[in-house]
Amino acid sequence: MKVEVRTDVAWEQHPMAPYVRTERMPHVWCPGCGIGTIVKCYATALERSDIDLDKVAVVSGIGCSGRAAGYFKLDGFHTTHGRAIPFATGLALGRPQLTVTVMSGDGDLVGIGGNHFIHAARRNHNLLVILINNFIYGMTGGQNAPTTPLTARSSTMPFGNFEPPFNLPHLAASSGAPYVARWTSLHVRRLTWSIEEALDRKGFRFIEVVAPCPVLYMRLNRLGSGVDEMRFYHDNAEIRNGADTRDLNIGFHEPIVCGKFVDEERPTYDELRDAHYREVLGDEYVPAPLEGGMIHG
Amino acid sequence: MKADPAGVLTGSHYLDGDYACGEGAMAAGCRFAAGYPITPSTEVVERIARRFPTMGGTFIQMEDELASMAAVVGASWTGTKSMTVTSGPGFSLMMENIGLAAMMETPCVVVDVQRGGPSTGLPTMVGQGDVMQARWGSHGDYEVIVLSPQSPQETFDLMVEAFNLSEVYRVPVLFLMDECVGHMTERVVIPAPDEIEVVPRRLTSLAPEEFQPYRVNGELVPEFARAGDGYRFHTTGLTHDARGYPVMSAEVQESNVHRLVDKIRLNQDRIVRVEEEGINGAEVVVVTYGITARVARAAIDIARRRGVPVGSLRLVVLWPFPEQRIRELAGEVRAFVVPEINYGQIVLEVERCAGGWAGVRSVPHGGGGVHDPRRLADEIVEAAR
Repeated sequence: MKVEVRTDVAWEQHPMAPYVRTERMPHVWCPGCGIGTIVKCYATALERSDIDLDKVAVVSGIGCSGRAAGYFKLDGFHTTHGRAIPFATGLALGRPQLTVTVMSGDGDLVGIGGNHFIHAARRNHNLLVILINNFIYGMTGGQNAPTTPLTARSSTMPFGNFEPPFNLPHLAASSGAPYVARWTSLHVRRLTWSIEEALDRKGFRFIEVVAPCPVLYMRLNRLGSGVDEMRFYHDNAEIRNGADTRDLNIGFHEPIVCGKFVDEERPTYDELRDAHYREVLGDEYVPAPLEGGMIHG
Repeated sequence: MKADPAGVLTGSHYLDGDYACGEGAMAAGCRFAAGYPITPSTEVVERIARRFPTMGGTFIQMEDELASMAAVVGASWTGTKSMTVTSGPGFSLMMENIGLAAMMETPCVVVDVQRGGPSTGLPTMVGQGDVMQARWGSHGDYEVIVLSPQSPQETFDLMVEAFNLSEVYRVPVLFLMDECVGHMTERVVIPAPDEIEVVPRRLTSLAPEEFQPYRVNGELVPEFARAGDGYRFHTTGLTHDARGYPVMSAEVQESNVHRLVDKIRLNQDRIVRVEEEGINGAEVVVVTYGITARVARAAIDIARRRGVPVGSLRLVVLWPFPEQRIRELAGEVRAFVVPEINYGQIVLEVERCAGGWAGVRSVPHGGGGVHDPRRLADEIVEAAR
């Protein structure tokens, strides 16, 4: 029997249709991949928030997660490999009234883009960074990532990885990020709450989301299917809010500590700049207009 | 549209080329600059960093040149006129995101105050070795506009032009100064704001539901929507259709690249600019740009005293190259002499366009100094034989 897809009905009735470019479906992600779930969590968080969607921009780099920006019905920027954060920094500084989210992968944001990650956290730019960690370079075929757990196999570490991976929450927190959390793509409700909460904060907010890559990471490591990984998260994810970020390393097929680890007030780049210039320049200081650009004419 | 008075320091000043560059940018309406320190360009952003806070501008020193260029492209999508400033090694690092700006059709200006290379080369001394890199430096096929000033005054004037051209054609405009022009101090007259013509971003008048970011309706340059204006558009460095959606096909690639190239090539008559002197009746034409143009003047005087009818053609716009003019002159003169502070870059274009109808003599210089006018005069005399 041929299944007739009534796109008009199916898409318009999908609860996320107002937030997603339904005309671009089906998306590029593999069956069992966790990225789609995270896209839905972000869309749900936006729906629950009272943010004007016209003022929301999503920026991605390159890779599987790098395609995320292309699926939201928002201003979306699919940029170069590793440069999503500085591109987003330009957007956020150019038009301060924008809510700018960076959604990209581990290889993109802390491999090739690692320098930007630590400096944006240090300066505390107004960016929500959602890093989707699948432990591997997916788009290019399963190469070793700076997040690949010790002993895990990748296509460029065929005998198992011997490089210590980053502990991302610790990297973010020690670089100065005022909001740091980690979830898995199984934690749909908690992740959505966390995104919602982070949207309500300011400064450099970092959420790591561990997600399955059944086609590469899991296949190369004989870990089963996407569903098996969901079961693994279910049985092995341990929620420890407020945990010391030094204890958050992820070992190969070992328990994953999730939770919100940092949530504090720290003046943002914009606040520090404005306060400083007001102090030294007084009335001469003219802040960049909130609506950005074209300030004249 | 006239310049925003907040950015225009009207009056007669004694400025070096780097400061004049910063003033030109601010007069043109630049209100976002990102950069990373590198000699001999840093004074440009030092000037801007000091003046921006009083005119609603944002300067940020980024962690490297990759970040600087990416931030400039991002900021430009808010409608803010944006620039970065660098020199050789940093210029190399910016190439990937210059390609992104070309692909996303993002107006922006990249200043490269050239020093001697390759690699770290001569950080504090002059070079002109980035001419081909400016044209071809990022991978793939695209066109950019490249300007090259010969004095602080022209640096100011051309910076305004650079921003205007980037707005008209939605391309990165590369501004190739050299260390000599950057560090030379001369009189710079900055006109009143109402005497400075600036081109605003061409914002679309379409409603969001009708708008597609790369639909051109038979034109070559699409209309622009700013991030945050409710258009909810998508753009990407991938090959894309009129909606800005990635499409991996030879057909879409063809139309994409074709237009990126055509919007400059089909408008090159409007963009190309040369300055000629003493061309009528000349047997030899000296083709120059940047600081070399000024050194060549002395050489031309010497050669004329030695009885050689010699003219000068100075490239104000390096790319697109004045192909047509060189072709015309090739049928009229005996030879072109091309002094450059590199081992022969623009001379290749001159040779190509001369097509064998006139001799072409390269006068290379490795950098760290300028040509000796007497030696250059010898070359001119030699070329006339």
